Amino acid sequence: MNQQQDDHWLVRPDSIRLLWRIFWAVLALTVALQIFIKVKGYFGVDGWIGFGAAFGFLSCVAMVVFAKWLGLILKRDDNYYREEDDHG
Amino acid sequence: MVEFLPPALILIVAAFLIGPTRGIVRDIVVLGAPLLTLWAIWQVPNGVVTTVPFLDYVIEPVEGSELRRWFATIFGIMTFVGGLYAYRQAKWYELAAAFAYAAGAIGVCFAGDLITLFLFWEFMALFSTVIVWSGGTPAARAAGIRYAIMHLLGGIILKVGIEGVVIHTGSIDIQPMLATSLDTWLILIGILINAAAPPVSAWLADAYPESSPTGSVFLSAYTTKTAVIALILLFPGEQVLIWVGLYMIMYGIIYALLENDARRILAYSIVNQVGFMVCAVGIGTEMALNGAAAHAFAHIIYKALLFMSAGVVLYRTGKSKCTDLGGLFRTMPITTICGIIGALSISSFPLTSGFTTKTMISTAATDEGMMLVYFLLTAASAGVFLHAGIKFPWFVFFQKDSGLRPKDAPWNMSAAMIIFSALCIFMGVYPESFYGYLPYEVNFEPYKAGKVLFYIQLLLFSGLAFFLLLPMMKRTLTISLDFDWFWRVFLYQAGKLVVDAGTEFRDVFIRRWQATSASYVDRLRRYFGQSGMDNKRGMFASAWPIGTTALWIAVLLSTYILVHYL
Repeated sequence: MNQQQDDHWLVRPDSIRLLWRIFWAVLALTVALQIFIKVKGYFGVDGWIGFGAAFGFLSCVAMVVFAKWLGLILKRDDNYYREEDDHG
Repeated sequence: MVEFLPPALILIVAAFLIGPTRGIVRDIVVLGAPLLTLWAIWQVPNGVVTTVPFLDYVIEPVEGSELRRWFATIFGIMTFVGGLYAYRQAKWYELAAAFAYAAGAIGVCFAGDLITLFLFWEFMALFSTVIVWSGGTPAARAAGIRYAIMHLLGGIILKVGIEGVVIHTGSIDIQPMLATSLDTWLILIGILINAAAPPVSAWLADAYPESSPTGSVFLSAYTTKTAVIALILLFPGEQVLIWVGLYMIMYGIIYALLENDARRILAYSIVNQVGFMVCAVGIGTEMALNGAAAHAFAHIIYKALLFMSAGVVLYRTGKSKCTDLGGLFRTMPITTICGIIGALSISSFPLTSGFTTKTMISTAATDEGMMLVYFLLTAASAGVFLHAGIKFPWFVFFQKDSGLRPKDAPWNMSAAMIIFSALCIFMGVYPESFYGYLPYEVNFEPYKAGKVLFYIQLLLFSGLAFFLLLPMMKRTLTISLDFDWFWRVFLYQAGKLVVDAGTEFRDVFIRRWQATSASYVDRLRRYFGQSGMDNKRGMFASAWPIGTTALWIAVLLSTYILVHYL
């Protein structure tokens, strides 16, 4: 408990929980605001309510999953090239 | 006609002076020369102002235009702020090389002909290699050699292309062309190698992170962005660049997501950002080219800023791997805040320079009705926030507490970071202040309520994705293979195989030859020489001695004479 008090405000579990709540509220607000502020859709679909939110979220999930999958093939130990060089 | 000496000369002279000078004199050279260069850049009028006869050609070392001054200006600013960041910490030869390197970049900006362009191009390759080597480690030495090979190779390809164009058109002028013939393709490929385009993108993330904390700041700015201005000058509207650019954008994001080293994350994101510019050059409209130029300007500032904050961390802790870092915000507030400003700018958050420049490029795509390109660029904007905007500051300054409590940046490094942070925000808040200097007239309104809301949604939900997917992004002590595997491992092993096979063949051949020749020698000995323990003579060697022969001939002759007279 003491250690928790000593540590920086930002990393205490209570404040992290609070930050998450604020974050969710802001996220909801940005989508809700679209009722009042019209987003011009250049190609129709990008003007829908919450399109930016969904598109941003889903693209990121897709990229992370793709990277994860690619990493299975391409990831090597830190010293991979150094060992190759040593063998040479 | 030499009306105007190239502004690059000032930095070349300064590079020479950095070595022999000491103390306050060197400080004045390092901080004064870039300012003097900036002044000179703004004295260059439009059009060709200097010509020099060379062989059968008329060289045009200085040609001015809005676009050329625009790029030269950011290179000048970069040299000043980079010099401020580095001058108390960097080794003198690194600083001197950085100034010569910057001179090369500014020289390319004002090159009126292909020969001048090529000369300054190689000048950059030379001195940027010195900066990589200034990292001082064995890894930096090896990476520097690979870097030099790649750039000298690119230089040769560019040179062959230039010579082809000169022979076939008779003109050495820099003018827009399309990649329609072998000559123009070679020029395009030569330039794209410097832009870190596929399949050679790996040179960038291989070399830059091996340089010193100060070296990477300089390296991040010049090579790729001179490639961008060269593309704008030579290949505006070349369709293939759209797809090359999009590939670079996605490549940068994916590899940065996989990466563990903070400076390597930033290096991958250079490829990503230059991809936006290359794509814009491919779209080729005035709006797109303005976007490419503006984005290059903003990018140099925030990317250098990011490398500066990573550089301070490396300088203070000696570490740059995410697995070793974390929790540094406690003792490094200035570095953290400046790093976050750089990260927000690269993610094109509203009110930062990224927003007022990068959205020009996506607007250019919508103006041309390029739906796929637009959606890919938008997805990429989300991805940039993911890999550079949050990932970099999060893993370096926050996440777990690494227990490290380094001091914040030295004053000159702080000052450099604060100047660039201020510029990021200034360009985001007052875009009209620089829109007037862009190469074409700007009919673009960056801040519309709907657009701002769209981007805020896009970015914040990308942030949500980041934190929800954090378990999937646990940092590992790994690197990721790239196309350079083909020449670093595959070609190396293949070459070794050929050499080994050759050695084997040579050994067998020599052994056989020795055996065969030995048997011949044996046979010769047997017939013509002495052999064996008892010194027995061979068949032909065992003939009679000459004396006996002479005696017999004498006997024969005398018998003959006798018979004749009888």
